[in-house]
Order: sequence, then C-alpha cells, then structure tokens
Amino acid sequence: MISGVKSTNNAMGRLLHLMSDSQLHNGVPSMISARNLTKEYGDFTAVDHISFEVPRGEAFGLLGPNGAGKSTTMRMIAATLARTDGELAILGKEPNAQGPEIRAHLGVVPQQDNLDSELKVHENLMIYGRYFGLSRKFLKGKIDELLDFAQLQDKRDSKVNELSGGMKRRLTIARALINEPEILMLDEPTTGLDPQARHILWDRLFRLKELGVTLILTTHYMDEAEQLCDRLIVMDKGRIMAEGTPANLIREYSSREVLEVRFGSNKNAEVAEQIQGIGERIDVLPDRILVYAESGEGALEELTRRGLEPLTSLVRRSSLEDVFLRLTGRSLVE
Amino acid sequence: MILAAALDSAVAIASRRANRLGSSVYAGRSLVMVERSLMALKTSNWFAVLSGFVEPVFYLASFGFGLGGLVGNVSEGGSASVSYATFIAPALLATSAMNGAIYDSTWNVYFKMHFGKIYHGILATSMGALDVALGEIVWALLRGLAYAIGFMCIVYPLGLVPSTWGLLAIPAAVLIAFGFASFGMAITSYMKSFQQMDWVNFIMLPMFLFSGTFYPLDVYPSWLQTVIQALPLYQAISMERAIMLGQFDASLLWHVLYFVVMIASGLVFTTRRLTALFMR
Repeated sequence: MISGVKSTNNAMGRLLHLMSDSQLHNGVPSMISARNLTKEYGDFTAVDHISFEVPRGEAFGLLGPNGAGKSTTMRMIAATLARTDGELAILGKEPNAQGPEIRAHLGVVPQQDNLDSELKVHENLMIYGRYFGLSRKFLKGKIDELLDFAQLQDKRDSKVNELSGGMKRRLTIARALINEPEILMLDEPTTGLDPQARHILWDRLFRLKELGVTLILTTHYMDEAEQLCDRLIVMDKGRIMAEGTPANLIREYSSREVLEVRFGSNKNAEVAEQIQGIGERIDVLPDRILVYAESGEGALEELTRRGLEPLTSLVRRSSLEDVFLRLTGRSLVE
Repeated sequence: MILAAALDSAVAIASRRANRLGSSVYAGRSLVMVERSLMALKTSNWFAVLSGFVEPVFYLASFGFGLGGLVGNVSEGGSASVSYATFIAPALLATSAMNGAIYDSTWNVYFKMHFGKIYHGILATSMGALDVALGEIVWALLRGLAYAIGFMCIVYPLGLVPSTWGLLAIPAAVLIAFGFASFGMAITSYMKSFQQMDWVNFIMLPMFLFSGTFYPLDVYPSWLQTVIQALPLYQAISMERAIMLGQFDASLLWHVLYFVVMIASGLVFTTRRLTALFMR
C-alpha cells in the first residue's frame, strides 16, 4: 500500500513536470471558447446559443437537470457531435474540421462506462493508447503509472466485468488519461456510485486538477459541484441560467441560510400564507417549505412567535441546490 | 523525459495527418482494430468459430460423396464433365469464405455497436470512422480467409482441385470475404433490433441453396437465372468454380469487378453510418 502511494506520487511528479512543459510552448489563451453554441435536432433545440470560456487548469462544471443539454454540450466539445450553429474552439482548433486533432488532446469519461468487456483491465488501457497511435513501449510504462493512480494495480489481469462500479469508473478515468490529455471531460462521473467510491474518485480528480489538467464535468449532484468546480454554469432547457463560482452563485441567488420546515403535505400551502414576510423569500415544495433568510434560527423564532408549530425544522447553509431551485423552479434530480 | 516525448506524440500523431484528404474519417490506424480483435480472440466462443467452418465440410461429405454417388458426373455449359464432389467443392469454398466474413461482420459488429458500446469509446479517440469500418472488415475477412484455407486443405488432398492453378481460389476467397464483410457490416450498421438481424439468416440460407451451389444454373427459367446471377454468392461461386476447374477467361474480370464494387460501396456506407451514429 505504502509503495503504491509512493509510486503514485512519483508518477504524478513526472506528469506535473510534463504539464508545465507543455504550457510553455502553448500560447493559446483559453482551452475552450464557445460563442452562441447551438445544437438543433429538427424542431428541438438541445443547446440554445450558449457562450462560455474555460481557461487552462480550471475545473469547469455544467449543472442542470436531465435534458438540460449538458451531455450534448460535452459531446460538441469532445468533437464527436457537429454543432448546428455558433462558434466553438478547443485549444484554438475548430472541431468540425479538426476532430481527430482535438480528440488527441482530450480524455473522455462518458456517462455510461464503455470499457471493452472482451479485454482485461491492462489490455483496455493498452488498446486505448494504441487507438491514439502511441507505441507499445511507451504504453507499458504508462499503464503501470495509471494503474497506480487508479489504485487498480492488483486488478490488472482481471476481466472488466469482475470490477465494482467504482473500480470501473476509475479504470475509465485511467483510460481517458492514457494519451496524457490537457482536458479531461467527465460526464456525471459519480452517478450510481456509493459514497466511499465517490470520495475516492473526487480525491483522484483533485490530484489531476492540482497537476494543471483542465476538468470539464457535468453533474447533478450539488455537493460534487461545490467540491470540485472552480466555476460553473447552470443550464436548463439548453440555455445558461447562471454562471460563476459556487460561492458567488450562492451569494447572488440565495440567502446565507435556509430554514426547512414541514407541516405535513396537506397543510403546507395553507401555512405558507401565514408565514409571508418572514425571511427574504419563501419556496413551497410539495413536502416542505423553504424559508430563505440571513439567519435561519431567527426565521424559526419568528415562525413560533406567529403560533406556527412545524412537525420538523432544519436550519442549514444555502447550497447550490437552492440556487438551482431558484433559477429553474424545480429540483435537480427529478 | 519519455513522457514529454509521448505527449507530443498523441497530439503530434494526429496533427501530422491533419491536412490530408479524409483526415476527419481516417487516421491510417485500421490495423489497431485488428490488434484489438486479436487481443479479444482468447475470450471468443471457439465452438461458434469452429461450427462455421465445419458446415461446408459436412455438405461436401454428405452431398459430394453421398449424393454424388447417385448423381455421377456433371458438366456446366460446354465444359468437360467432372465428378459431383469436384463440381460442388468450389461452391462450398466460396460459401466458407462468405460464412467466416458474415459471422464477424454482422453478429459481432451488432453486439459491439449496441451492447458493448465499443465504437463509442473508440471514436472518442483520434481514430476515424473509416479506421473502425476498415479494421473490422479486415478482421472479418481474415476469418473468411481462414475458413477458405481450411477448406482447401481438405479438398486439395482429396483430388477435388484438378489443376494446381486452382490454388488461386485462395486469393479469390480474400476478395469474396472482403466483399461480404464490407457489405455485411454496412447492412448491420443500419439494423436496429435482433428481429432485423434474423433477416440476415433468412436471406443467407436460400442464397446458399439456390446460387448454383449444387447444380448448374441452367435448370432455371431464364428470368430466374438473371435474378440469381445478380446475387453475390452466385458471383463468388461462379468465380471460384472457373478458377478451380481451370476455366480462365474474361468473365473472371466481371466477377472481380463485382466484388470491388461491393467492397467499396460497403466501406462508404459503413463509414457514413458510423459517422452518423456516433459523431453527429
């Protein structure tokens, strides 16, 4: 275990050296630049004139409910989906014309694992490197390094189907790093993983970020976005609803604290009228009422003063989930 | 240091080809697909692989030597008459080549496309759709070739190939397998369900039985002859029979042309379809 950690650090050190190296002879100002990026499928507009820039080394998040256009945007960036309109440049290159070149710069972790189930763990990494045209000699060393990084060294000869969900994800991430990409694209990287597996994955992604790899990720987990993203856009129905750092978004679109109270499903609407004026804003959800306030405790006191007795109450800090609710009028995971 | 050189290469390899014609669909790495298939070979179902090969051998044994005793000698057109086994051997060799090519390019491709999602992963790299199409087709054709060689190893020692020139049936089998693999993958790329895949079997069996495999084509009315002559297996059988019975003439070139067109159109359709499915 100790030797594993040691060699990981060593490998990462070498990787770091490499990253700073490549930065020197690359004068491109931003890794990704989208202007009025649009994708239409017939009458349906999946992505509707969105614009954003991602500088080198940033962890950039795309948030939104299912069907918001996150994956479509990801695929356009990954040069595997032609855009309908607008401008898009990845490392200054044009994806419609320079697809293979752009893809050589990228590591892609798709929403659904598409590991090669006919091949063993190490063979999956080998053949993926070969797809990029890399030599077997180089790949042998690289595979060792990546198996350490993904903590899969003792699974190298296993079949893919014998791996757990978390291990498969880690292998998919290792696979995406085989060409030493400058941009790593992750589409809902931790969906379906248990909490422990998620934390291991976050730790690995943190390390990559520290090494200067630009991360682009979609998620509908708020905690994930707050943990990993330097900056994010909130998408809904193909549009950008808001853009900023997690902290700024919370400051701008929500209060400092939130009081959650439950009065029972039938009474929520009725009670809602009686608590008007408490806090900055009130949201009535089917199962609970959210009171946005500078002080949650203060709001709760005011509530009791008005003679209202909630079944349960909870005071918490505002999160991105609240921002999302405010912006789209619905919760993220529907 | 090694690492730095390699970073250059993933991107450098792609940019070296960037300005070539067709660089968006072809990276010149179709053989990597063959590499993948070789790696995956050990997990394949050897019984299924073997069964595709023995089928024509069984036909040769039962029809050629069993039924052949009752039939006696056969002659087609103005050619010299030969034993029944000698007459059907070229047809079964052509069928071997077809079987091998079709099996990999239809069912295996269908699985990789819809269940394994293998092509999704591959096309996220700097590989192009034509690399995938060509690589998979070449692999399928190798299987067809292996079946054909295996079949030749049985019929040649049995004296069913009158002239040594008949060994040219092997390169012809490459052409046949290439044609069927290319066409098979093109069709498969348009298939959406197992039911549709069953049509492949539904078409293969009658084509095998009626393409002049077991008797000369002149037993049919002329309109039906025309229909059958348009079928790829008839073209394959007719070409192999001419080669193995030593009837070299200009009509061979038409068969070759038929397969060249089949290969090219299969490649074009497969590449277009893969691009549409995974890149658009």
